[in-house]
Amino acid sequence: MFQIKRLKYKQILSIEELEIKKNQVTCIIGQSGSGKTTLLKMLNHLLSPDEGEIYYKGRSVFEWDPIRLRREVVMLSQQPIVFAGNIRENLNIGRIFAEKKRCDDHYLIQALKLVNLEKKLEEDADSLSGGEKQRLSLARVFLMEPDVFLLDEPTSALDKGTEDEVMNSFLTEASKKGKTVVMVTHSVEMAETYADKIIQIQK
Amino acid sequence: MENGVINIEFWRLISAYLFIVILLWLTKRRGINREKRIIIATIRMSVQLMLVGYILMFIFDHPSPWIVFLIIFLMESFAVYNIYKQLDTPLTKKLKFVIAFSMIAGSLACLFYFNLVVIHFKPWYEPRYFIPIAGMFIGNSMTGITLGMKQMVENFSKQKHIIEGALMLGSKPEKATKDIVNSSFDSAILPTINNMIGMGIVFLPGMMTGQILAGASPLVAIEYQIAILIGIAGSVGISSFLSLQFGYKTFFNDRVQFLPNEKNEK
Repeated sequence: MFQIKRLKYKQILSIEELEIKKNQVTCIIGQSGSGKTTLLKMLNHLLSPDEGEIYYKGRSVFEWDPIRLRREVVMLSQQPIVFAGNIRENLNIGRIFAEKKRCDDHYLIQALKLVNLEKKLEEDADSLSGGEKQRLSLARVFLMEPDVFLLDEPTSALDKGTEDEVMNSFLTEASKKGKTVVMVTHSVEMAETYADKIIQIQK
Repeated sequence: MENGVINIEFWRLISAYLFIVILLWLTKRRGINREKRIIIATIRMSVQLMLVGYILMFIFDHPSPWIVFLIIFLMESFAVYNIYKQLDTPLTKKLKFVIAFSMIAGSLACLFYFNLVVIHFKPWYEPRYFIPIAGMFIGNSMTGITLGMKQMVENFSKQKHIIEGALMLGSKPEKATKDIVNSSFDSAILPTINNMIGMGIVFLPGMMTGQILAGASPLVAIEYQIAILIGIAGSVGISSFLSLQFGYKTFFNDRVQFLPNEKNEK
């Protein structure tokens, strides 16, 4: 899916060669400040490398229309983002950004179940706790149905039990649909449990 | 009395400074320490207005389109410079250009339409009309752009993660920044809208008061005031809209990456 060659970005990141395969779960681990988030942002083309190349589906990311690329390679930031409005609007906003049709309530409720968030769609999203906001953000990207999910510490605010439940159902569903997942995590245990491939980045 | 206007005698004008003396006494007594500022502001206001009075007298006696153009050029330059200064943050060249363009294009387009179509005076450059109307349009547009731009730059910096969060999901910059740009436009035009709402009830505007004092019929003064207020609303609205509409785009590069920290932040 992705090939990276001789990539350099400031003093933060330097990768000689790296391949991320299709339909797999790839976990990126490393100390904080090692450039894990930077790498995800580069795959999402939110940042460009100073040197080197990133290929997506065999074409340099620079040849892709950046907005089209981001609609196929959706990124979930570490800090959960809640937009103004209720849960229904927050779930649909990803699809609205990507100019896709809104989802029916039925799908929205299914997505909430997937991330273990039992809330009413009319509830104000801003009143959710940190962990709930994180799950809401995860459900939002799931509903966008992209080819690739780039997840930056998607469960950092959750307790171990909820983390396992959420990741288990999310990754099972993503795998059923043939999606590619690239996930940054601080937990080696989580990477070992879910990853088909683990990439360790050194500081 | 001259043409129905009471000419303020010199010593009476001097007696008005008693208000400043009272103000100075009050601030000193309360220990507010603003004496220097008040004195400087009073001296500046007096000297600036005296100079402007003599300059306007000369211009009105020697009407010329070139002098009018020169005055407009100076006004616009001051307005643009003042916006840069008020924003108090290093701006990119692109954003500076957008501000200058929006300020000049927005206010001049409204000014010429207003003078040529609404008021319709002859010759078209008659300085007695052209210069004061230009002053009102340019001054208000300057305030509008400053308020709108300040709000936008600050919020882009504070809400960087929300804008980036939207881009990560494949949003176009226009959608990702829509709420901030809209609220910035609100801030830009709010003083003008409030001014229109309070007009005639909360206060009588300076221009209208001036005309009435100068002997004009209140009805004529009102006609002018209505026209001017609508013109100012148009000028503020159009210049602020242009500055925000083109301005937000300067925060993105050609790869649609958000760059709020490149010189547009403190």
